[in-house]
Amino acid sequence: MSKPKETVSRTLMVALALCIACSVVVSTAAVMLRPAQVVNQTLDIKSNILAAAGMLEPGASANQIEETFQQFDVRLVDLDTGEYVDPASVGVEDPMKYDMYKAASDPAMSTRIPPTEDPAGIKRRPNVARVFILNSGDQLERVVLPISGYGLWSTLYGFVSLEGDVNTIEGLGFYDHGETPGLGGEVDNPRWKQQWVGKEVYGDDLTEPGIRLVKGGVDANAADKEHKVDALSGATITSRGVEQLVNYWLGDRGFATYLKKLRQGEV
Amino acid sequence: MSEAASAKQVLFEPIFKNNPIALQILGICSALAVTTSMSVTLVMCLSVIAVTACSNLAVSLVRAQIPNSIRIIVQMTIIASLVIVVDQLLKAFAYEISKQLSVFVGLIITNCIVMGRAEGFAMQNGPWLSFLDGIGNGLGYSVMLILVAFFRELLGAGSLFGYALMPVVNEGGWYVPNGLLLLPPSAFFIIGLAIWALRAWKPEQVEAPEYKMSRHTTKEAF
Repeated sequence: MSKPKETVSRTLMVALALCIACSVVVSTAAVMLRPAQVVNQTLDIKSNILAAAGMLEPGASANQIEETFQQFDVRLVDLDTGEYVDPASVGVEDPMKYDMYKAASDPAMSTRIPPTEDPAGIKRRPNVARVFILNSGDQLERVVLPISGYGLWSTLYGFVSLEGDVNTIEGLGFYDHGETPGLGGEVDNPRWKQQWVGKEVYGDDLTEPGIRLVKGGVDANAADKEHKVDALSGATITSRGVEQLVNYWLGDRGFATYLKKLRQGEV
Repeated sequence: MSEAASAKQVLFEPIFKNNPIALQILGICSALAVTTSMSVTLVMCLSVIAVTACSNLAVSLVRAQIPNSIRIIVQMTIIASLVIVVDQLLKAFAYEISKQLSVFVGLIITNCIVMGRAEGFAMQNGPWLSFLDGIGNGLGYSVMLILVAFFRELLGAGSLFGYALMPVVNEGGWYVPNGLLLLPPSAFFIIGLAIWALRAWKPEQVEAPEYKMSRHTTKEAF
């Protein structure tokens, strides 16, 4: 160390050199790994959709997931009119690239929900949502819808899958939440999710969604047992959140308008 | 002391003799947050080992150039860059686990062990020794984390690495899981017990009491 270390110009030089070196390292890593990350993210979304629809084989490879997912028709829906919209109208080419939760924070692409009409606690709702349709022949076989809402600590994000009658639940699952492990976190429990299968969302008049999460198990003789699901023990608020968010998204402010048209074959 | 012996010391001492969590009580935050399951913990440990080793190496290589007035910032920048690289790698190659680790990979930046070793060891020692010291301290951190995760996952969820060993009641088995162990505070208990056990085994780690209560000099109320 012949030169003194502590001159101002030297300090600036070292700082500058370090910043350049570090930013090269960081940006190289980010750019090189970007494609692999994007593949992972879309694969993750696809496997969550398949899981909700009960089409995900345990231990399925990336290719199998892609292949199974190919069967789905991905569409964008205007929630107010219930009509399909062109992906270009929300600024994407491929509907898979549309992020409805990002759109929910953009005032131009979403609607503010008054607190009195916001049981799911989502504050803003995107105008356009993405749905996944599976047809066999010209017959609707299932439709998978995104759902989200507030539980106890966190927003739960998931999918619900309905059968071709657009009423019977085929599966439900959350892929992202921060509920208490062992209590509210049991929304991930396969046995609990299994209960949802075969439940009916709407009453006989097919208008108002009426899913209820009840305490103490569902009585097999109860009159409306097809609308009732056993709540999670020790997780009253998470259970209430799940009940409200399911009913919200399947209700008038959510997908009900679209689902009605889908049921009648108008879209 | 020969170079080889001291290299060995530098590598293995932090595991039990000078454990960063048990003796220095550093890095507790992430020890609470990421220890609910073994597989997540293991990835976190590998990430911390990689970051500590590489940051020690990098800091040690440039230690003669670092002006004293900005040394902490320089160390911080190096550590932060490495952590971002690790985070990107996880997102690309271990997406599931990186989702579970979420912000805690990023928070390796604030892990006192990394910074502590850079400032306390790498600034005074050569690159090879510093690198070993980073690995050693990373291992010391890992040993504690894996121990905590072992108990938390086994007793809290009845499984290890996601394989059910004790089928839990919710899934039709017999084991009633201990919900407390899934919550962060339980890691404090396990770390506390581990420190107790370690100090019973190696009494030289017991700190001298900071003060002694003196005897009563006056009698009151009796």
